[in-house]
Amino acid sequence: MTPILKSDILKNGRAVTEQLERILSRYKGERGDLIPLLQEVQTRFGYLPEEAMQGVAKFLRLSESIVYGVSTFYAQFKFTPTGKHTIKVCRGTACHVRGVTRILEEVEKQLGIKPGGTTPDLEYSLESIACFGSCALSPVMVVDETVYGRMTHEKVREILKR
Amino acid sequence: MTFEEIRSRAVAEWKALEHSDKPRILIGAATCGRAAGAGVVIEAIEAELAQRNIEAVIIQVGCIGLCYAEPVVDIIKPGRPRTCYGNVTPEIAVELINDYLLKDNPRPDLALGTVGEGSIDGIPRLFDHPMLKPQVRIVLRNCGSIDPENINHYIANGGYSGLIKALSMKPGDVIEEVKKSGLRGRGGAGFPTGRKWEFCRNAPGKERYLICNADEGDPGAFMNRSLLEGDPHAVLEGMLIGAYAMGATQGYIYCRAEYPLALKRLNLALKQMEEYGLLGDNIMGSDFSFRIKIQEGAGAFVCGEETAMMASIEGRRGMPRSRPPFPAQSGLWGQPTNINNVETWGQVSAILQRGVEWFAGYGTQGSKGTKTFALAGKVNRTGLIEVPMGITLREIVYDVGGGIPGDKRFKAIQTGGPSGGVLPASLLDLPVDYESLTQAGAIMGSGGMIVTDEDTCIVDIARYFLSFTQAESCGKCVPCRLGTKQMLDILEDICNGRGKMEALDLLGGLAEDVRAGSLCALGGTAPNPVLTSLRYFRDEYEAHIKERRCPALVCQPLVSYYILPEKCEGCGICLRACPPEAIKGGKRMVHVIDQSKCIKCNVCLEVCPTRFSAVVKVSGVEIPVPEEPIPVIAESRGRD
Repeated sequence: MTPILKSDILKNGRAVTEQLERILSRYKGERGDLIPLLQEVQTRFGYLPEEAMQGVAKFLRLSESIVYGVSTFYAQFKFTPTGKHTIKVCRGTACHVRGVTRILEEVEKQLGIKPGGTTPDLEYSLESIACFGSCALSPVMVVDETVYGRMTHEKVREILKR
Repeated sequence: MTFEEIRSRAVAEWKALEHSDKPRILIGAATCGRAAGAGVVIEAIEAELAQRNIEAVIIQVGCIGLCYAEPVVDIIKPGRPRTCYGNVTPEIAVELINDYLLKDNPRPDLALGTVGEGSIDGIPRLFDHPMLKPQVRIVLRNCGSIDPENINHYIANGGYSGLIKALSMKPGDVIEEVKKSGLRGRGGAGFPTGRKWEFCRNAPGKERYLICNADEGDPGAFMNRSLLEGDPHAVLEGMLIGAYAMGATQGYIYCRAEYPLALKRLNLALKQMEEYGLLGDNIMGSDFSFRIKIQEGAGAFVCGEETAMMASIEGRRGMPRSRPPFPAQSGLWGQPTNINNVETWGQVSAILQRGVEWFAGYGTQGSKGTKTFALAGKVNRTGLIEVPMGITLREIVYDVGGGIPGDKRFKAIQTGGPSGGVLPASLLDLPVDYESLTQAGAIMGSGGMIVTDEDTCIVDIARYFLSFTQAESCGKCVPCRLGTKQMLDILEDICNGRGKMEALDLLGGLAEDVRAGSLCALGGTAPNPVLTSLRYFRDEYEAHIKERRCPALVCQPLVSYYILPEKCEGCGICLRACPPEAIKGGKRMVHVIDQSKCIKCNVCLEVCPTRFSAVVKVSGVEIPVPEEPIPVIAESRGRD
């Protein structure tokens, strides 16, 4: 199942409920459906949108707090949308002394978001990470699975252009 | 179709494959093989075969367990025995096709061994390989040999004959067979499987449920993944046998979502079973009806615990509850429920296929059969192994595992993951069975086995496992929620050089309390790594506390970097590489690390040319700082 374009959801609140209806139609509405349902909702949207969780609660005749309680128990569920690409900037000591703060500022400037944030077009999420253990390459930035070492302002701009 | 018809068709298909005039190429393509690069090897083989115009059958098989030699490729040329090659790269694969398939040179230099009848000069038999020789394959009987996505391969190799045998017996007699086999739960605790089934069968209830625990969450454990990926039907047949014996109508497989390939193969296997009438109403024309549903885990380690798993299947927070009532009395939706681990189900199908005597012929008095282990860590041959119960730890580490790399000294073996313990060299002759391991303070566990050497800090290992259980504690009961946190704080202090001797007694006391007072096995076993390390490696704890010294040079706050004046050539490489610019020194002057600026990132040690090896790690000693810069003394050493 391919996730639908997340930018559409934000622009059009209805998209969530329409998608949800289609998912719900395949379930009987039993209590045991709750976790599989939440998993399918997350596969669809990339996270659990608030209105989808409310819809699931109504469908299963459960209080919203129960649905929220169950979903926050499990590490798999996310409550904010994440971008297509995740950029992680290392905040370890070696990176710190080699000026990763200014690298992070550059990324923030380029994307217009802070660590923990996601760009409005849902292309990029930015995270800061304790230490990657690649101190010899410091300062380090990781885009999805690729590690970029010895970062400079120019390299940030270059990498983000791609 | 009757089972006989299904079986003869399957056998015919298997025979046709075995006697095919085309060469067969088996590629280990389980998750581990793929991670090692099986994917590009498959592509290279397909491309080369197409280019050379060779027709061959390519089968993606499961894992044979030789993880250290992945990717593994087997080639079967018509009329020749199956030959197994390890560490195959795309280049080697192309060589093998050209040398063996085209020119008939089986390349003994690249081969690990042959399997089956016949031999090839210069190539040993694979099961004489030191890693495989001590092993007995009951659960992993088909892994690496059959196509796990083809039910006929399983049936042709004896598959589902155990179910047919069970269906011809009274359910109570099936339970008696399992009891007689001496099989005990392979998920960790080792409860006798037959007795567990009997409780469930005898409990009053409208309906009975059966669960396969495939929520393998221990760090360093992958036995269940390997079996589900390599031979899913072995597990499913076991479930059917259990369901028939206990009178269950609905089964669940609770499998963690992190195992996408296992999930895919399970789904496919269920579909194939339905097509053959091995699942659904009136299985194989009998009165026995059974259905299986797959439930994906949602990322909570505690759901491996029986009552937490049932809560999760019911759509609730995965929190354990107190027992009694036991799941066999009141489990899923209040009905009698039986939960067994993936490996236990895999053993059940083998027992019914091959008979109780054969199974009970392996193992010890109290622990029958075999156990799979994921052997990893500081050992030459890592892999998935299946050994008879009663084998010693020494045989596992030195015979199967091939000893410690780099002639390092063995320090400890960790069994049972975060619920298990660290066992020292003095216990290497301990037989691997439920009682012996429990007596030593560890547990059989689900099968993680991590070997450590002199470079491993035992305190750090205890801290690592405790940080895992502490984070995974569901928070329901106080001893586990707060006790593990306090224990972790003490361990953090010790590793960071802030430990106090009084805290060591507190740590031991807390560990006992958490063990005794926790609601479920997660908390009840979480102190094991701490308790065993305190019991066998107290000197390491004391070195950390009294001398502020980490003997293994692992705990960073207790370690310092030092440039040996007699070895430094003043080349400036470390000076330029040091991230915090903590190294001082001029040309041809001995470099000195400013300890107040050093962030212990290890970079200087990594970049110092090996011909100098001037940078060392030390712990528990004062670093001498020269008052005046010292010139390098290379000339006087006769170099230059």
